[in-house]
Amino acid sequence: MDTIRVQTTINGEAVEFLCEGHETLLTALRDRVGLTGTKEGCATGDCGACSVIMSERLVPSCLVLAPEAEGRTITTIEGIANGSGLHPLQQAFLTHSALQCGVCTPGFIVAGKALLDANPNPTETEVRYWLAGNLCRCTGYDKIIRAVLDAADHMRRSQA
Amino acid sequence: MSERSYTQVGTRPVRHDGLDKVTGRANYGADFSLPGMLHGALVRSPYAHARILSIDTSAAASMPGVKAVVTGKDIAETSAKLMMGEGAIDLHDVGDNLLAHGKVLYHGHPVAAVAATSLDLAREAASRIKVEYERLAPVESVDQAIAPGAPILDDKLVTAGQPSSAPKGPTNIAGRMELRRGDLDRGFADADLIVEREFRTAATHQGYIEPHACVARHGQDGQVVVWCSTQGPFAVRDACAGILGIDASRIKVIPSEIGGGFGGKISVYLEPVAIVLSRKSGRPVKMVMTREEVFRATGPTSATKILMKLGAKRDGTLVAASASLWYEAGAYRGSPSGAGAMCCFACYNIPNFFIEAYDVLVNKPKVAAYRAPGSPMVSFAVESLLDEISRTLGFDPIEIRLKNAVKEGDRAPYGPAYGPIGFRQVLEAAQAHPHWHAELGPNEGRGLACGFWFNAGMNSSATVMLNSDGSAGVITGNPDIGGTRVAQALMVAEELGIPVERVRPTVADTDVAGYTDVTGGSRVCYATGAAVIEAARDVREQLRARAAKIWNVPVEKVGWKDGQAVPQDGAGDQKPLSVVDIAAKLSHTGGPVIGRASVNLPMAGPAFGLHICDLQVDKETGQSKVLRYTAIQDVGKAVHPSFVEGQMQGGAAQGIGWALNEEYIFNRDGVMENPGFLDYRMPVASDLPMIDTVLVEVPNPLHPYGVRGVGEVPIVPPLAAVANAMRDATGIRYTELPLSPPRVLEGLAQSD
Repeated sequence: MDTIRVQTTINGEAVEFLCEGHETLLTALRDRVGLTGTKEGCATGDCGACSVIMSERLVPSCLVLAPEAEGRTITTIEGIANGSGLHPLQQAFLTHSALQCGVCTPGFIVAGKALLDANPNPTETEVRYWLAGNLCRCTGYDKIIRAVLDAADHMRRSQA
Repeated sequence: MSERSYTQVGTRPVRHDGLDKVTGRANYGADFSLPGMLHGALVRSPYAHARILSIDTSAAASMPGVKAVVTGKDIAETSAKLMMGEGAIDLHDVGDNLLAHGKVLYHGHPVAAVAATSLDLAREAASRIKVEYERLAPVESVDQAIAPGAPILDDKLVTAGQPSSAPKGPTNIAGRMELRRGDLDRGFADADLIVEREFRTAATHQGYIEPHACVARHGQDGQVVVWCSTQGPFAVRDACAGILGIDASRIKVIPSEIGGGFGGKISVYLEPVAIVLSRKSGRPVKMVMTREEVFRATGPTSATKILMKLGAKRDGTLVAASASLWYEAGAYRGSPSGAGAMCCFACYNIPNFFIEAYDVLVNKPKVAAYRAPGSPMVSFAVESLLDEISRTLGFDPIEIRLKNAVKEGDRAPYGPAYGPIGFRQVLEAAQAHPHWHAELGPNEGRGLACGFWFNAGMNSSATVMLNSDGSAGVITGNPDIGGTRVAQALMVAEELGIPVERVRPTVADTDVAGYTDVTGGSRVCYATGAAVIEAARDVREQLRARAAKIWNVPVEKVGWKDGQAVPQDGAGDQKPLSVVDIAAKLSHTGGPVIGRASVNLPMAGPAFGLHICDLQVDKETGQSKVLRYTAIQDVGKAVHPSFVEGQMQGGAAQGIGWALNEEYIFNRDGVMENPGFLDYRMPVASDLPMIDTVLVEVPNPLHPYGVRGVGEVPIVPPLAAVANAMRDATGIRYTELPLSPPRVLEGLAQSD
């Protein structure tokens, strides 16, 4: 089969990979680039476990074709932490015990970052609707919502 | 049990595996790969019920890149049985469920498998396998299964347990059991009020976000290694060994991180097939299910039909109860109808009762354990009827439950007398909770319901190692599905008097960990926790002996206080030795210190929960929204309260989904029509409010700290709590779940 060469930027670094035309960005990230932090829960765009930020837009990477990554900038869960320090969302998920099995956590943190990038001061309802595309089966969402609100608060205060 | 205070237990440290899980580093089932690895794909039945006439694999096998093709013939039928989870597993059925032998019993039943150099190629090859079927009429419900002349799934099936009549010819009833007490007729004759209804619940899936996945490598020397996502690495090992006739010592199962299970990742679906594909091809084989495969061929729990009758005196005392429980088993025997029977009336003292529970085969996927298996459905029935009785007799719902609630010394419906239990304290906590007294708005209703679960004990092992700097490691064999590593580290820290951050908890593979039963049955913190505490105490005793050596006194002269060895009984005035002090001298006092323990514990002593739900109903659309929710539970002792709350919140959310929206929808041919997260509607963040929790702590005397197990109880009350709230909001007693908008509208239309 014909392979396609894709040049893109992932987590701030130039990355080049070969893929097939029908391959999803999710598969390419996991199997071609080796970034397995992005998870497959459904492959139909319904669970949010594969959330990444592509050129400032939150997308389920299972619904993006890998060649569409050409020339874009992509942020995955592996690129959320800043060097040796955790992102406030990651820290808040830890201190709030906002994960149980943890498989949905990368998607929630990526989606949460996209939310806080767009709206640094969300209400609880706004957080709940923004994250409605991410399924968690373990927590009942309570501690996740608290963690996101707490991280937003922390980020606002540290910028003030 | 004496009241004791804790320095570590009851605190909320960050979990040790947390960093890996918030940074994407943690490896789950599908994240593992090996050089030279092949990819497996399954051929699944397009029919719900059919006889396999022939399988032609030649076109697939001859494709370049296809390295192995297997069918049912490659996995011989076995008669082995395996004690596992909460009962014995018939490995014949598990094996036949992996790859059908002769007949396919549900839509999606695997019939063949392929391993090839890429997943695309494996799927292409699978599509070229030609299977000829003779289609048979499917059985899609309990009513169809027991109707005269119903198609029979298994000609050789004999009803196990207590059949209602002597066996006469083929049946779809795989099992029947009875529980009884007192004189039922007299009990109902004494009742001032009798309520009787038929309830139905739909099949629901565990809904773990991570699909099943494994990699298997069968070496030319016969040694097998399996990497997989499972609740029970030893259960996988022993199931593979039994089904494939391989010595358990030749199979090593390495558990990955696990992306949810809820009972659904105990049985094997892929692992033995991957092993056989690897044996045939000589290369490692990876198999990962799609979400559609997960829905069609794993999980779900039983759909049920429950006929229940309760009799009460005018003063609210329950005097008689009867129940007929019909649970769909799916394609093979093994529904949790028996557990349903035992849980049915477990919350209340009822002097006269009769319960019969049926396990019924239908052409649907073989049911798997799902969080408190069997209990939520009976709770829906009994708690709905109790709501009706309290309304008719004019009682407060908590008051009538307090009047009948079981307490220590009362006999459980399934036999033994209860030890110390916290049901009354839970009811009193509900009475005192502001939620119970809050105002409701228009179109809003409030419901309350209780629930019961046993909580398993079983086998667990633990090893605790002391390092020379005074830090420690703890090894167990339970995959960490919700914070058990940090709970185990807390226990070691508590026993040794060192900070929890200095304890490294590890989930080990089956070659390294001592035998440990599954992460399930709410048993890890209780049973494995007890093993961890015992192993840590083993370390402590060895440290006392080392201190005695350092002080040159007999060991009896060394006490242990606040994490330090202290002189006692006239041993002198030596300065106390901390764990760090003694650890620094290990090499000079006898070498490494390793503590170990294995336990075989009885059931934990049951737990009770109570949930309060406020529901707002849109009477034009039938749509409802949970406005406020409170979960109260006797947890024994909360080792890490955040994760205990998390279990309660998560269980409540799953139960709310079961009550409001989740259901398997089958067409007339027995094909599931909603095998994806868009149409199988689990709760999302915008569906739910915060879920308030109240942790009642009545210590369980079987555990050193009083741990009782928490994970399963919280899925039991929500079905009736939601339905009772719906009754309060609409005036309608719904008896069939889910309460999806179309069903709610139908009820509203009928009541007009």
